[in-house]
Amino acid sequence: MSEPALNHFSPNRRAWRRFRQNRPAVISAYFLAGLLLAIIAWPLLLKAAGGGFAQIHNPNQLSDGQFLPPGAQHWFGTDVHGRDVFSRVLSGAQISLLVGVVGTLVSLLIGVVWGAVAGYVGGRTDGFLMRVVDVLYSLPSIIFVIVLITTLGELMKHLPLVEQSPALGRQIRVLLLFAGLGSVSWLTMARIVRGQVLSLRTRAFVEASRTLGAGTPMILVRHIIPNIFGVVITYLALTMPAIILYESFLSFLGLGVEPPMASWGTLISEGVAQINPIRVYWWLIIFPGGILVSTLLALNFLGDGLRDAWDVKGR
Amino acid sequence: MILYERARRFFSRARFFILAGGGTAMCAWLAGCAPHEKPADITIINGSEPESLDPAIITGQPEFRIVIGLFEGLTRLDPKSARPIPGLAENWEVSADGLIYTFHLRTNLVWSTGEPITADDVVYSWVRALNPATASDYAGQLFYLRNAEEFNSGKLKDPAGVGVHALDQFTVRAELNHPTAFFLDLCAFPTLYVVPRQAIEKYGDRWLMARPLPSSGPYELADWRLNDKVRLKKNPRYWDAAKTQSEIIDLLPIGSPATALNLYQSGQADIVWDKNVIPVELLDVLLKRPDFHAFNFLATYFIRCNVTHKPFDDPRVRRALALAIDKERIVKKITKAGEQTAAHLVPDGTANYLSPDGLDYNPELARRLLAEAGYPDGKGFPRFSFIFDAMKIHENIAVELQQMWHETLGIDMELRQLEWKVYLGAMDRLDYDLARSSWIGDYNDPQTFLGMFLSGDGNNRTGWKDPAYDGLIKAANNEPDLQKRAQLFRQAESRLIQDESPVIPLFYYVGINYFDTNRIEGVFENILDDHPLQCIRKIKP
Amino acid sequence: MYFVKRIALAIPLLLVISALAFVLVHLAPGGPFDRERAPASPEIERNLNAKYHLDEPIWKQYGRYLGDLAHGDFGVSLKYRNHTVNDIIAQGLPVSLTLGGLAFCFAMGIGLTTGFFTAARRGGWEDYVGSFLSVLAVCVPGFVLAPLLILIFAVKLKWLPVALWGSPWHMILPVLALGLYFGGKVARLTREGMLQAMQAEFITAARAKGLGENGLLWRHAFRIAVLPVASYSGPMLADLLTGSFIIENIFQIPGIGVFLVNSSLNRDYTVVVGLSLLYAVLLVGLNLAVDFAYRWLDPRVKYE
Repeated sequence: MSEPALNHFSPNRRAWRRFRQNRPAVISAYFLAGLLLAIIAWPLLLKAAGGGFAQIHNPNQLSDGQFLPPGAQHWFGTDVHGRDVFSRVLSGAQISLLVGVVGTLVSLLIGVVWGAVAGYVGGRTDGFLMRVVDVLYSLPSIIFVIVLITTLGELMKHLPLVEQSPALGRQIRVLLLFAGLGSVSWLTMARIVRGQVLSLRTRAFVEASRTLGAGTPMILVRHIIPNIFGVVITYLALTMPAIILYESFLSFLGLGVEPPMASWGTLISEGVAQINPIRVYWWLIIFPGGILVSTLLALNFLGDGLRDAWDVKGR
Repeated sequence: MILYERARRFFSRARFFILAGGGTAMCAWLAGCAPHEKPADITIINGSEPESLDPAIITGQPEFRIVIGLFEGLTRLDPKSARPIPGLAENWEVSADGLIYTFHLRTNLVWSTGEPITADDVVYSWVRALNPATASDYAGQLFYLRNAEEFNSGKLKDPAGVGVHALDQFTVRAELNHPTAFFLDLCAFPTLYVVPRQAIEKYGDRWLMARPLPSSGPYELADWRLNDKVRLKKNPRYWDAAKTQSEIIDLLPIGSPATALNLYQSGQADIVWDKNVIPVELLDVLLKRPDFHAFNFLATYFIRCNVTHKPFDDPRVRRALALAIDKERIVKKITKAGEQTAAHLVPDGTANYLSPDGLDYNPELARRLLAEAGYPDGKGFPRFSFIFDAMKIHENIAVELQQMWHETLGIDMELRQLEWKVYLGAMDRLDYDLARSSWIGDYNDPQTFLGMFLSGDGNNRTGWKDPAYDGLIKAANNEPDLQKRAQLFRQAESRLIQDESPVIPLFYYVGINYFDTNRIEGVFENILDDHPLQCIRKIKP
Repeated sequence: MYFVKRIALAIPLLLVISALAFVLVHLAPGGPFDRERAPASPEIERNLNAKYHLDEPIWKQYGRYLGDLAHGDFGVSLKYRNHTVNDIIAQGLPVSLTLGGLAFCFAMGIGLTTGFFTAARRGGWEDYVGSFLSVLAVCVPGFVLAPLLILIFAVKLKWLPVALWGSPWHMILPVLALGLYFGGKVARLTREGMLQAMQAEFITAARAKGLGENGLLWRHAFRIAVLPVASYSGPMLADLLTGSFIIENIFQIPGIGVFLVNSSLNRDYTVVVGLSLLYAVLLVGLNLAVDFAYRWLDPRVKYE
């Protein structure tokens, strides 16, 4: 059992070294880490500072200062209700990144299990599982998402748990969004993983493990899944931008998060409404849009870096 | 590595730009040339794509504004006052008890295809709108006719039993259930328009695709392409064709306010007149311009309370909510089109009516009422939610309400933004606490607003049942004397918005349209936001 | 033989998709005739449901739908009651095909050239700029890009029309806004494909056989390099040709992309199912075409 372990851990370590030499990817990683830190630290800072500072920067605090341009007090300006855009962008980041991460994880979980089982078990099971993927793939995903979000939203509302606590209901709405987005984006993952597994399962170390009496779940967990780690991590970094974009599209349709919560998508669609020939409140589009695009860029570079480091296609 | 060199040389920078530029040019060339149509005399941005152009089927304002050009009823609305004036009927008599109307058609009426329009066509059109097989949403507009509801619901099979008959080729007699002060207004409502039997019987549900389409109004349907345009051209056989001002009118379905404004600014549209394509964010600037016109019309923005469960079953709670809203802030900060705040449901200026005083902004009284109801300073008040459909303006209003109620009454509200159909379903099933609502008057009479809140009316949607209110409305509708009728309605509304408050009016919509008064004339501001197309023309320089 | 089998397999696939779409859209809360204004009596609503057979059990409705479908009839739209789904497709599809086709040409043109160019100059500043721009194109959402393009080129510079459809000039901005994203994607795929192709073993082998460098580049490297692009172009074309909600909405283009989203929101059952089928047919057809292209590009690929 020790040989296969060596076999797949050492390339991982080599990959990390290669990754660290990729400058855009490393910068992206630092950028994302910084963003995460800001998201976590900002509310704590507000709580610690308290008083007027916290009041002004509370993302949900209304004020009379509508549409103030960026200045010393409101670094990113204010919106229609006089709310601080800087704080709203950060709290929007929370939602968007959460949707991105959880949606990606959901798609990852379904995709990896589905693809691994199909590829490993093979035969009829494989045929059936992949036909399901084909069908879902040929259905326009927007229909699926709209139906899923509205239907489940209605069903959930009548759970006793949700009726007792509306705040929980709001969280559930966000959860649904994750689930909806994850459930339409696992298909490609399943296909990729299946391909990988098909080629892996005939490899010597898997065969060896099997002759030593390891069961299917055991082999899947010990050998197959660690070996597709590279593909998976690359794919993760590339799926997240797609899911964040999809969420902003849904918010554009009014199916996204509920106000007064904000995501980058809702902030941007607020800003886009201000692009017109008469007067442009540029800060409402530049700041949320800029941060969204930078984050997506960072995720893409990170994804590229990871893929190059693991040399996904070359293996 | 030699290959790299080769590739580098092959993809020289010059070649890259030639390729990329050439590709772009190819695309432009491939785009080819579209056939050119004759430009329209007037181009109007009309809001969303019409769901239908069948007068019996349509339900929305964008549809009404097109159909008003294609077909006509026995009466039509005066473009300035929106009061009924003679249409296909030249004159009429009303019996002393207000139950029998006798209409005399003009003798020179023909369809745009040449056949005469007769009293039989009128009867056919009304009966068709009532026929269950037509499945008309607005069949209710004809329920004032004797036996009409029975025929629509299938209880009465024979259309001859319905209270509308052709006495001869030019005379129509309508028999009503009770005196209906606004019946002549209804005759100008699309559901009661006169439609071509010959085409409908020949083509069935697809009769609007027939070309030429026989029309009874000032315009003919020249072209209708989904999400593209509806093109109308002048009907020379219309009885009043001499007064039709423009030959060709294009009506564009545009969904986005930004696009509408851009098209107008770049001169590709002459008139924009739907409230859904008005850029709310810019109104503070735009309304100062001479080409932007805001005017009052019969439409109210209000909140529905679901009175079937705690704590909203207590009128004191509902009144407290109403009294704690600073409506002034909402119209000044959010809607910004110069809306009037609404103390009562029926807008000022409604015909045959004067509204009672409603509840004004009074935080003191609001707190006291809430305390009386058992929630001093909001203590013990359950969390509740406010539902609204996904539009920015509703969200903005909801955010303000949330804050006001929190600060004044100490109660906390959740906002629930729902997709349109889910929102409608939640209201229908009384599956909500508070709901954003609005209503646009169908005709110029308090009944169109107050009739909604009769016990069990399909539009009630609050669960509020009040026998006293029902009795007052019923008495008003049976009252031939307009003064006394107005009094009864006034008492009813007073119960609705002062004593019981199942609904909380916020403000009256203003109608907004924009066009350059130096170039366009004939679009009048009236209380129904109706604009007959035949009056509109471009001023020749 | 392989392709005949693929086509035969597509028929049950389409059946399953129609059934799935049918069930899904009926599951969603609310119906096509829920409106802000309730009809004056419950009978009116009953009449409506009876007229469009919505009062029947769902399996019966589906059976009726399949029966009509066998005659090429997709049914009547429940929202636009004067139009059939066939009307909607007949009016909207040509527009979406034009827009999508042009955007495809644009994306391929700009993407392939940029991809080859950046790959050929790997590590140079052109590579950095080109790669950065192609990633950027992938990261800017259409609903941000389109209003910006309009503001700059139509409103401020007044070079192009702000919206609507008709002349070639009307097509430029929407094609740009729609095509840039895909262009960026194609550029990235091409660059990677090219880099890999140039390292591949068989190129070395071919060189050993004495093929000239130009011949190598054309006959082998390019072919291999565009393989990922080819497999991506099937779904991409299907997406492009069925229209884009955002672009059609912002530029007010009468295509079918707007219908695909709005019909689900309106619970316009027949239109949802009809357009889903259309999408599936396009996707299946285009994936077949991609397979053909694959076989031509890469003789190594064999089909069982």
